Amino acid sequence: MAAAAPYTPTDDAQVLERVPARATDPRARELHTLRLQLRQDPLNLALAVQLAQRCYDEVAAQGDPRYIGQAEAALQPWLGLADPPVAVRVLRAILLQFDHRFEPALADLDAALRAEPGHAEAAAWRTAILMVRAEYDAARASCRQMAAHTTPLMAAACAAQVDAATGHAAEAAAALRAALRTDLRASAPERLWSLTRLAETEERRGDFAAAETAFGDALALGLPDVYLQAAYADFLLDRGRPAEVLTLLQGRGRADVLLLRLALAARAAGDTGAAAHAQELRARFDAARRRGDTSHRKEESRFALAIEGDVPRALALASENWSEQREAADARILLEAALAARDAGAAAPVLQWLASTGFESTALHTLAARVRALR
Amino acid sequence: MPARDPWRRRGRRLLLAAALVLWAAGAWAHKPSDSYLTLSVTDATASGRWDIALRDLDLALGLDGDGDGQVTWGELRTRHEEIAAYAGARLAVTADGEPCTLEIGAQQVDTHTDGAYTVLPLRVACPRPPAVLALQYTLFADLDPQHRGLLQLAAPAGTRAAILGPQAPLQRFELGRGGAWEQFTAYLRDGVWHIWIGFDHILFLLALLLPAVGLWAARHWQPVERFAPAFWDVLRIVTSFTVAHSITLSLATLGWVSLPSRWVESAIAASVVLAALNNVWPLFLGRRWMMAFAFGLVHGFGFASVLADLGLPQGTLALALVGFNVGVELGQLAIVAVFLPLAYAVRRSWFYRRAVMLGGSLLVAALAAVWLVERALDLDLLPV
Repeated sequence: MAAAAPYTPTDDAQVLERVPARATDPRARELHTLRLQLRQDPLNLALAVQLAQRCYDEVAAQGDPRYIGQAEAALQPWLGLADPPVAVRVLRAILLQFDHRFEPALADLDAALRAEPGHAEAAAWRTAILMVRAEYDAARASCRQMAAHTTPLMAAACAAQVDAATGHAAEAAAALRAALRTDLRASAPERLWSLTRLAETEERRGDFAAAETAFGDALALGLPDVYLQAAYADFLLDRGRPAEVLTLLQGRGRADVLLLRLALAARAAGDTGAAAHAQELRARFDAARRRGDTSHRKEESRFALAIEGDVPRALALASENWSEQREAADARILLEAALAARDAGAAAPVLQWLASTGFESTALHTLAARVRALR
Repeated sequence: MPARDPWRRRGRRLLLAAALVLWAAGAWAHKPSDSYLTLSVTDATASGRWDIALRDLDLALGLDGDGDGQVTWGELRTRHEEIAAYAGARLAVTADGEPCTLEIGAQQVDTHTDGAYTVLPLRVACPRPPAVLALQYTLFADLDPQHRGLLQLAAPAGTRAAILGPQAPLQRFELGRGGAWEQFTAYLRDGVWHIWIGFDHILFLLALLLPAVGLWAARHWQPVERFAPAFWDVLRIVTSFTVAHSITLSLATLGWVSLPSRWVESAIAASVVLAALNNVWPLFLGRRWMMAFAFGLVHGFGFASVLADLGLPQGTLALALVGFNVGVELGQLAIVAVFLPLAYAVRRSWFYRRAVMLGGSLLVAALAAVWLVERALDLDLLPV
């Protein structure tokens, strides 16, 4: 709903909105040129695929989901085909997984890999979905399949990610470090991803100094990346350093995941903006609900628990989220909500997952022990 | 296929890294592109406003004329005609199949959660007061198929919300006089339907009613002599059950009380077990109405979760609640109206005393016990 009453500005120079700067920002200009070219030639597959890929890059950099819809628009002529070109199949799978439709996404990726066994992105996305669903054996196999077709750093990082989730975090961290040292030709985005993984692995192992160093190296690459910023913000929040989060994320609140961290940090720091951030986030969740969107349950659960103090709602959201996604952050919010609700039963699936995978995380195991003590 | 273009090789490395970053994210909490369309219908005209994000209009029309990354009021103001024409061409309104005209007034500006929006005042003139208003919405369908128009449509019969977009480009809204009545009867039908397909509620009630056509005297089954005592017994039980579940259905629907659904569903199964076993080993005898009341409270929470799943209309919550509740009672009365005469007719038979009262009750108890285990432990034992 409208946040304020409509008004008529009086000054022509008043700035109403910030948009990608086509005149000065090379990324925006490249996107704009691609769009114009595709408008001239909408059935040009190569152009459409290129534009869609650029749109996905923007999602990672800005956290703005409008680019997902723009990628879909570019691919529209091919999306409905039963057997689209391999490049479209992979991009269609990415669209589907944004919508949490993991089964059809995997079907597309499998088909793409049957057609082109060396398709590294298809294998990477397939691994991604398997990791979200905690299917670690299959993810490991997928990494092996990918290894021959990608850079040494990506191959090592893929395997390390699975190892870190299955009881070999120390080895995973060592392997990541070694690969970062030896693969000097790795691109900046690849280094960023590997360093983020390293930071998270070290954090879970409880080596916070090593984690901080890795986060710092990743941020020093200077690439905009919503995931990295959210992960580092969480790290700082856990270390009781909310003021640094406010500095890190200043002006980045357009991405909901970052606005959530801003709201949490402002609250923890007693910052005057806390109420405004919370209000804004509440409005965004309401807007998503009006739209029938349920893909933000993890964040909404965290919001309900930490800011609204609505424990039953937080627990319900965290449980629903866990039925779909099973990564460390998903586990954590369900444990925290179950603890707040004093409902050990609700956290049982996470306890089972921790026990059966050997997942290492000092934070998760501390929470799990407190949940077990509830009984 | 031009899939071997050289750029594709370059793009691949970048995308691969993006994929790897995204995979850990799993999902993005986000605010995608939405417009907000509010219309209020009175007789043959509708008025309202249409809020469209400047970011989206910039993508479609290039609002940021100098490309400096800022949309100023001056840039927006001078493009008003173009914006109005663009938006107006992407919303078609018909009244009972005949096209209405759309007039867009002078734009204003407002802020939503994700930034600034132009606010276009709308005036829709139809050839007649519509019984069915249809909206064809195609805004940004070609640029962002995930864009949605969030519609708030007010008519004398009530306000409703709808999500417009390429997933359902043409939507029809019945505005006829019966709007409220139609909503009421729809919820009423849902209530009837739910009690008929809700085996656990029916079995609980029937298990309590089975002994109504007889008396336990010195541990022996004594069929009643006259219809009246059986009738009053049934009335007492049905009334208790109704009053009890109406209380909790209302409390839960209004959001005043909430219980974990697993607990509620398990307790409902337990109530069926107890009610059925009571027919084999009588515990409550003539006080079954108390049992009906106590467990009726639990069943009310079960009804509430069904009603919540049906979706609750904002503004007409009371209508939905009463409609659904009345439906449940009517459905329940229909079952009782069939049961009581039948049971009365065969109350003296071996079939009723042995097969139904004992065999049937044990069977029901066994079935409900399986439900109880399933629901309490979150298992799937039965195929249904």
